[in-house]
Amino acid sequence: MTSGTTQGATNGTTIKRDEVLKIAHLARLKLTEAEVDALSRDLNAILAYVGTLSELDTEGVPTLDHAAEAGDTWREDAPRRPLPRERALENAPRTGDGCFAVPKIIE
Amino acid sequence: MEPFAWTLHEARERLDRGEISARELTDALLERVARVEPGIRAYNTVTEDHARARAAEADARIADKQAGPLTGIGIALKDNMATEGLETTCSSRILKGYKPPYDGTVPARLNAAGAVTLGKTNLDEFAMGSSTENSAFGPTRNPWDTTRAPGGSSGGSAAAVAADMCLAALGSDTGGSIRQPAALCGVVGLKPTYGRVSRYGLVAFASSLDQIGPFTKDVEDAALMLAAVSGHDPLDSTSSSRPVPDYLADLKAGARGLTVGVPKEYFVEGADPEVLAAVRAGIDVLAREGAKVVEVSLPHTAYAVACYYLVATAEASSNLSRYDGVRYGYRDADAQGLLEMYMASREAGFGTEVKRRIMLGTYALSAGYYDAYYRKAQQVRTLIRRDFLEAFEAVDVLVTPTSPTTAFRLGERTADPLKMYLSDIFTISVNLAGLPAVSLPCGRDGEGCPIGLQLIGRAFDEATMLRAAWAFEAATDHHKAKPEL
Amino acid sequence: MDYEVVIGLEVHCQLATKTKIFCGCPTTFGQPPNSQTCPVCLGHPGVLPVLNRQAVAYTIMAGLATHCEIKSPSVFARKHYFYPDLPKGYQISQYDRPICEHGHVEIVLDGTPKRIGLTRIHMEEDAGKNLHEGLGEASHVDLNRAGVPLIEAVSEPDLRSSDEAVAYLKKLRDIVVYLGVCDGNMEQGNLRCDANVSLRPRGAEKLGTKVEMKNMNSFRFLKQALEYEIKRQAQVLDRGGTIVQETRLWDTKRGVTESMRTKEEAHDYRYMPEPDLLPVVVDDAWIEATRRAMPELPDAKRERFVADYGLSEYDADVLTATRALADYYEQAVAAYSGDPKLTCNWVMGDLMGRLNEAGLAIEQCPMSPAQLGGIVEAIHKGTISGKIAKTVFGHLYGTDRTAAQVIEAEGLVQVSDTGAIDALVAEVIAAHPDEAAQYRAGKDKLLGFFVGQVMKQSRGQANPKLVNERLRAMLKEG
Repeated sequence: MTSGTTQGATNGTTIKRDEVLKIAHLARLKLTEAEVDALSRDLNAILAYVGTLSELDTEGVPTLDHAAEAGDTWREDAPRRPLPRERALENAPRTGDGCFAVPKIIE
Repeated sequence: MEPFAWTLHEARERLDRGEISARELTDALLERVARVEPGIRAYNTVTEDHARARAAEADARIADKQAGPLTGIGIALKDNMATEGLETTCSSRILKGYKPPYDGTVPARLNAAGAVTLGKTNLDEFAMGSSTENSAFGPTRNPWDTTRAPGGSSGGSAAAVAADMCLAALGSDTGGSIRQPAALCGVVGLKPTYGRVSRYGLVAFASSLDQIGPFTKDVEDAALMLAAVSGHDPLDSTSSSRPVPDYLADLKAGARGLTVGVPKEYFVEGADPEVLAAVRAGIDVLAREGAKVVEVSLPHTAYAVACYYLVATAEASSNLSRYDGVRYGYRDADAQGLLEMYMASREAGFGTEVKRRIMLGTYALSAGYYDAYYRKAQQVRTLIRRDFLEAFEAVDVLVTPTSPTTAFRLGERTADPLKMYLSDIFTISVNLAGLPAVSLPCGRDGEGCPIGLQLIGRAFDEATMLRAAWAFEAATDHHKAKPEL
Repeated sequence: MDYEVVIGLEVHCQLATKTKIFCGCPTTFGQPPNSQTCPVCLGHPGVLPVLNRQAVAYTIMAGLATHCEIKSPSVFARKHYFYPDLPKGYQISQYDRPICEHGHVEIVLDGTPKRIGLTRIHMEEDAGKNLHEGLGEASHVDLNRAGVPLIEAVSEPDLRSSDEAVAYLKKLRDIVVYLGVCDGNMEQGNLRCDANVSLRPRGAEKLGTKVEMKNMNSFRFLKQALEYEIKRQAQVLDRGGTIVQETRLWDTKRGVTESMRTKEEAHDYRYMPEPDLLPVVVDDAWIEATRRAMPELPDAKRERFVADYGLSEYDADVLTATRALADYYEQAVAAYSGDPKLTCNWVMGDLMGRLNEAGLAIEQCPMSPAQLGGIVEAIHKGTISGKIAKTVFGHLYGTDRTAAQVIEAEGLVQVSDTGAIDALVAEVIAAHPDEAAQYRAGKDKLLGFFVGQVMKQSRGQANPKLVNERLRAMLKEG
């Protein structure tokens, strides 16, 4: 499964600050300046460490995508009682008209 | 001996003989909690009224001779398991006050068995950590030395059992989060084979690695708890349909006839010499009890932590996407606009370690890096699993230290995340391979801190692993030691 | 500049299962907001998906009906993005291992058939709904729809005009509705269509930059939107400009496509295999069983109607527009098979006319196929004339009497007795000597007058053909 171009060797990858901000945005984290600095350092250290995996020859080795052994868990198409609406909404920070209320997207 | 100090099976006998009622037992445990908890901080929530109500029900069942192995038994649940109507926080600000509208399968099965839930225990936030210091509500202290960490992420459950604040507890293990705190707190901690126990209701950290398992005071109790929670769940597609064997049937058969493998990669430098010495002594015990001991090799061991910190963080970053403040959990009330709401809520709601792992996991999955990081790690995972499959062709069970060190002091490792990650070096491969493993107390170091010995079994062969564990335990008395509280 | 238009369509169909794809919540449309949810489809902490077997069964059917290869195992994957209608922050979909691949659909335009390739069909879960209208600073989220099973059918970029695109969408819709796999109701949103459009100079090999288009929820809007976008792109290119790769929304009111200008760059969906679900294994036995159980598809039915019932292509087309109508027709023919063409005329003409007037669908028809068959039988056997049959029809409609009963009760049996006819004819000729003389003198048109008179005398029940014959004969005799 590919999500984009393949990178080369992963040893010695340095994440730059703007990339850290990009990742933070993807993850919807509003990091403080101090956090961005700390995370840049941490991520670089960790990535250098995990980059050691590139030492291993994995040519032809399948990925272990599914940890569970093959099984037969299906659901029959028979309706089950849903949650009453009040329970579905009871943990919501804000509701309105029987819906979850969220701020509008600001362009 | 005080009731709170009993093992589960000792309590069962006395309950069934009418020597004590479930109510009295529960009261004794709750009193113990009240006395000892302030110094330990194992519990996020103590559910006193709930416990007493459940105890009353248990007494009725016992009177009707309808009691099962767990009826009336006071247990604690790690606070990352959904308990309907009871606050489930994962020790995170983002879920403070959250009350699930449903019961997870394991909590439901325990309820059906008549167990008495005493409360929800502390953990590293979202089960990410090895010391319980990442809890948003403050760390739990090791009952053996309250200046030290109990290990993590299930530190609260481990400490609660070690301090006799419950007869048994449940934790979850993704990279060692049951076994490592069990070792550091001197109790038995068991991680079942992946798929043996339902994950429905376990707040997901890494979906392909997580398993629920018991903390107990001895091996027999672990077998009882495992039996109570194992089995297929139609609500969990990854749960196994294999029948659950009777874990008590051959439990006490002894070590004779078993072959024990000692992976050489686990006995190299990096581990505390006292730890290695205690574990080697433990291996000698097994040999004396009749086990054959052979050396084996798990060649890819050195890559396990790296592999784990790509796979687990990728899955974690995905699983934690749902915490967006829309339907439950913390929402920044002042945020202007939807994007701001997401970003501010998640920023304020998640702690540092969680954010670190989300960032790492997001990076590993992102366009351009997926192949080099996530995909590569999933390939290495296959290699690690193959190591074990090969080793198990020659042996029935593997033995290793559980943790490279004994309990470290609170605050000692929090500055260096990588150093903290390496605490899991002996436990992590097991999760990557999906195998069962159990940590047993096997001694203490010069400062009185407990040392743990890990047994690793074949997939779905917990019975053999427990048999080896019981044989070791029966020939020693490490499990009988208790901290002074 | 002469451009070749290249269009690909991505069609999402909601599967007509009773429950959602990964949980047991009902899928009923139009329920109060958030009344069909549970911890699983709400994405609560700790929940897990379990796959609805019927959803897979329907997908296999759709794949077989479009000549796809059914792939086994196929794999679910997580597609990550943040939006309020997406509870888990990821959609469970299929990425590089979809369940169906390499199919095709045949369309016919102006009598010319063309094969349109179908790259893949995959399964995924639907998102909930965001409601923005009139809410000021807030949006409201209804998660009833979150978790409803969808199949996404992606066509090859084989379409070359808006007409082809509409024909393809209609064909696809017919297939899934015929199979009973999707209700095909575009207004309700259970069939949705996005388009990818690009232009290239005629004869060029390289594809132009493609623009994605959304929000076309009817065949008409699809055509309008495509026409607009084709023109827009041509104008840009003629001016020497370049097409921006973007997503554009069709604005129904203004009749234009508008760029969805957001601050977001292209989504990085960070696809990963779904660890909570096992690969979907579909064995040959299941595929064969599905193939055997599949209802006859529109094309096959149409061909059979032409071959077996001697209908024209047009007639077959109309009758097979829906399965219900086709079934009605066949049941009527089963009731009386003497003249399938006549049955066809009655169904398409009087019956549909009456239903349309009353705003009824064929499923609600107050006349049974057997009753209609009875009318056709009576005409074909000469018991009544076509004209009288309309009267009989009126009597039968909304009742449960038979044609025979009505004909007898109302005394509508056609008079075909030669003697009786002759008597009537003689009467009428005798009553109109001047006209008779004029006719004999050569005014042939007066035959109509005489026929009318005889029919009037017989209250319409004289066999018109016989009347005609006997009049000619007896008028000539003098």
